[in-house]
Amino acid sequence: MTTKLSEAEQLKVDSRYLRGTIAEGLDDTASGAISDDDTKLTKFHGTYMQDHRDLRDERRRQKLEPLYSFMVRLRIPGGVVSPQQWLGLDAIADSCSNSTLRISTRQTFQYHEVLKKDLRSLMQQVDALGLDTRGACGDVNRNVISNVNPHQSAIHSEIHQLALAISGRLCWQSSSYAEIWLGEECVYQPGKSEEPFYGEQYMPRKFKIAIAVPPENDSDVLANDIGLIAIIENEKLIGFNVAVGGGMGLTYGEPATYPRLATVAGFVPADRIVDACEAIAAIQRDFGDRENRAHARFKYTIDDHGMEWFGEKFAEYHGEPMTEAKPFELLRNGDRFGWTESENGHSNLTLYFNCGRIADTEKAKERTALREIAKVHQGEFRMTCNQNLVIANISPEQRPIIEKLVEQYGLDDGSARPALRLNSMACVALPTCGLAMAESERYLPTFVGKLEQIMSDIGLPEQLINIRITGCPNGCARPYLGEIALTGKAIGRYNLNLGADFSGQRMNRLYLENVDEATILAALQPMLEQFAEQREQDEHFGDFLIRAGILGAERTPETLHQPLKTTV
Amino acid sequence: MNIRLPNAPLTDEQLLQLNNLLQGLEGWQIDWLSGYLSGYRAAQATTDPVSATVAERIKLTILYGSQTGNTEAVAGQLAEKAIASGIDATVFDMADYKPRELKNEQYLAVLTSTHGEGEPPDNAMDLYEFLGGRKAPGLKGLEYSVLSLGDSSYEYFCQTGIDFDERLQKLGATALIPRVDCDVDYDAAAEQWINSFVDSLSSKIQASAPQSPAAASSAAPVVESIYDRKNPFPAPILENQLLNGRGSSKEVHHVELSLDGSGLTYQPGDALGIYPQNDPLLVAQLIETLAFDADATVELDERSDTLLNALMHHREITLLTRPLLEKWAELAGSEELTQLVEDKSALTEWLRGRDVLDLVQSYPIAGLDANGFINLLRKLPPRLYSIASSQAAVDDEVHLTVAAVRYHSHNRDRGGVASTWLADRVTDDTTIPVYIDANKNFKLPADDDAPIIMIGPGTGVAPFRSFMQEREERGARGPNWLFFGDQHFLTDFLYQTEWLGWRKSGLLTNLDVAFSRDQQEKVYVQHRLREKAVEIWNWLQDGAHIYVCGDADNMAPDVNEALLDIICEQGQKSREDATEFLRQLTRDKRYQRDVY
Repeated sequence: MTTKLSEAEQLKVDSRYLRGTIAEGLDDTASGAISDDDTKLTKFHGTYMQDHRDLRDERRRQKLEPLYSFMVRLRIPGGVVSPQQWLGLDAIADSCSNSTLRISTRQTFQYHEVLKKDLRSLMQQVDALGLDTRGACGDVNRNVISNVNPHQSAIHSEIHQLALAISGRLCWQSSSYAEIWLGEECVYQPGKSEEPFYGEQYMPRKFKIAIAVPPENDSDVLANDIGLIAIIENEKLIGFNVAVGGGMGLTYGEPATYPRLATVAGFVPADRIVDACEAIAAIQRDFGDRENRAHARFKYTIDDHGMEWFGEKFAEYHGEPMTEAKPFELLRNGDRFGWTESENGHSNLTLYFNCGRIADTEKAKERTALREIAKVHQGEFRMTCNQNLVIANISPEQRPIIEKLVEQYGLDDGSARPALRLNSMACVALPTCGLAMAESERYLPTFVGKLEQIMSDIGLPEQLINIRITGCPNGCARPYLGEIALTGKAIGRYNLNLGADFSGQRMNRLYLENVDEATILAALQPMLEQFAEQREQDEHFGDFLIRAGILGAERTPETLHQPLKTTV
Repeated sequence: MNIRLPNAPLTDEQLLQLNNLLQGLEGWQIDWLSGYLSGYRAAQATTDPVSATVAERIKLTILYGSQTGNTEAVAGQLAEKAIASGIDATVFDMADYKPRELKNEQYLAVLTSTHGEGEPPDNAMDLYEFLGGRKAPGLKGLEYSVLSLGDSSYEYFCQTGIDFDERLQKLGATALIPRVDCDVDYDAAAEQWINSFVDSLSSKIQASAPQSPAAASSAAPVVESIYDRKNPFPAPILENQLLNGRGSSKEVHHVELSLDGSGLTYQPGDALGIYPQNDPLLVAQLIETLAFDADATVELDERSDTLLNALMHHREITLLTRPLLEKWAELAGSEELTQLVEDKSALTEWLRGRDVLDLVQSYPIAGLDANGFINLLRKLPPRLYSIASSQAAVDDEVHLTVAAVRYHSHNRDRGGVASTWLADRVTDDTTIPVYIDANKNFKLPADDDAPIIMIGPGTGVAPFRSFMQEREERGARGPNWLFFGDQHFLTDFLYQTEWLGWRKSGLLTNLDVAFSRDQQEKVYVQHRLREKAVEIWNWLQDGAHIYVCGDADNMAPDVNEALLDIICEQGQKSREDATEFLRQLTRDKRYQRDVY
């Protein structure tokens, strides 16, 4: 190598396939932290170091280090776990975490507030359940997400197998995982590759793959580096339209960074889709920008080189080109709550959880309820990309038992609450996320509550609107696909983004920059009133804003950086 | 009068001569001499070509507060440019910079971003508060400039830079060039600021012809203070900070007192004597129970005072002593009490957890008056705390680590008199009567290269903080090893950030901790010692000194036992030989203990 590598790339190369000094750091009992370099490497292992930001200042005065803890994210392709796994995962919440389970926006579990001293134990318990945390974070392929298809169990099963296969193919291989977490002997030898696909530099940046089965787009398929849109003919999965170059994040004040929806490139038959994903990931591995991390996502590689270039590269890497894309229609990116029937005579129940947080509280014993259900359930659990949960494949004999438990514990099947909450999503943000500039998960109920009041006043309590809140612009809760979205700027201040569609196929735009709640509500109130008066049959709020001329439909990097208005 | 600085750069003979000279001098003569000496040195310096060139080099300290690294990068650019222009520039992360160094600076660059709603970045917080707080020094003579990075879409644009600028000005410093506030596209503005800052400094180099560093404030000669045990110094409180995190069952306070103007000096290992005040509530209860008048005059150690004052400041009421009980029994005429006093073990049992109020309530003395009562009680003795600071690092401050003693017994909440006074009842305006209680038997090795092993669980860690400060300031190169223990890692690791900082800087070689209640089985420092037996033995072979501070009842004997075992096993010695080995270490002052 003749040119000097960037710091981030050099760190990966020097890490001896993700070993770094993680093991030594875990053994240091005088600090709850690990070294800065190791915090970057542990992401590949599925864990982020965080600290309790509410206590930072207090502890600094107390001459105590920040209250460090770790977020651990699992790799669960397609978000499916068995009842046995559920019980194991539930037990970990008590033994190693803060007694809550959290479903992430990528269909997996996140544990929070895990102390360093408990990390190894957690990883070992996860391993014992046949699961792992490889690549749940870091510059590798992330958890492969897919549509949960509560009503099409046969298709779902096929899609789920593909999600597993794609995730397996692109999973990193280094023995460092087993050494650091599971206590196996170190087998590292200089010069011996442990990563046949990735090599020692891994990907330039994170890489995300999602699968949708039209008309459902609950996986926000176009927000991913690779979006696979299932094409079903005569109730058979024949293959996928492949979209490339989607991604959510931007950096405030840097117009060269922007969220982008994936572009449909063509069609690939089902039996070659795993190879196709590998080929696309390899293109990004070889051509992604490794000098500027803010420009390293696949979306920039695609925009820098163009779709034509991509088509040629794909044919070269894959051995054959894509064929022309098939027609498809995506209708919604929310979840379908309540009971649904599958073709095989079994039923499925989709339950709502606030921001994916499953906890035993005064109000509801959600964790206990699901533990009781897991003890009797014979199908599986499917986590949704909207942080909700499907109890899937319930046999007719089991259904009354499950129904009774759901009623006994008052689990929420989406029928009881005002509609707005059902399609709302927030990232974790404060107090644990180091990137957060404002509240998100803790603020969502307040914000949605105030909107609900407005909706009820204008006579639209049943109207669904996609609402997304994040604590920063990086996009964990896919905020640029919210019909109404807030991204955090400072405590109590947000950017207000408006005008995405209801199906994850058009992004919103920046409407007001760095404003407080009162300003946000003052801006939304008249728009919602106008919506109530003038909307057409089945028209969604985001579409209405465009038809009514309140916003344009055009989306460019500028529309996400330049506010449309400076005052209400 | 004696100069007793162990680290004075003088031979024994020189020290003797100096002491002989100083003993014959009056105060005004010493004052003259100190001025003479600094002038003498200055004249020397101008004729010394090496010093002259050094004096010409302008020293610039660059401090950055940065959340994302942008400010750090600009600080680096400034340093590069300054160094290229012949300026002696050093860059510090604000969190790594000792705020009290500020008063020694001549030129200062402050670069900072602003966070959220006008708050300083995390690494700037300490310095920011220091400059706005009670401990901020006068900075007359300091020339500086501030560069602030911000985002004008925020209401409090560049607020932290503005605050730094204002605080520096308020402390007497002068802006060399005006502050520049940069927006998100900061490059051009930052570069311009760097250029004009470096230009201004460069013109200073030319302007400053080699001149004598006029009457620099030299270290004052060591003069014994007029304050001592009999005449304690009223020390103002500078800081009083709870060290335990939320949810802890411990309550340890870090207390900083000012010795400014007292002339008091101390060395690491010394203790501070404190004359506490009794709890006014307890005093009121006593007076009420006895039906006395708080304002009654009582005779007190050759002068008179009110009963209230006497009980508040001059008499012990929280502890009962055997002599008091004996006298009390005579006057009370209580059969029961007389019997109790005669039965030694029963008396010990009765005394536990009781105070003067219990005595007064249980065994009233008929016809006892206020004066008689006061004369029965013993004087309120001072409480000693191991000093947690080194003057080499904190100048005229003294720091303490005080565990609040609280317990419930015989249906009443009770507390240690000094510790609860410091924890609950002192305000910013309270002064604490203090004196230095020197401890010759707990001293750092004279040899700065000697390794030391410090075993100090709980508040026993206090003198080791002073040891580390001292060794850091001295540039002592001997390895240092701390064993610390307490109940919980998350909340009870006293001075954790300082220990980690010293470990990171390399001053602290090893740091071993034992938190007894973080797992099923209780783990204490002696367990950690045993785990490190081989290494400890090696350190001892290398001449290590061992220090133990803290609990005398359990910890110290357990640690002693662990050390004996280590010496037996590692040195392959009999128990007897190991005991003798440890005794010899004690005789050699290589095994020192401060236990209580």
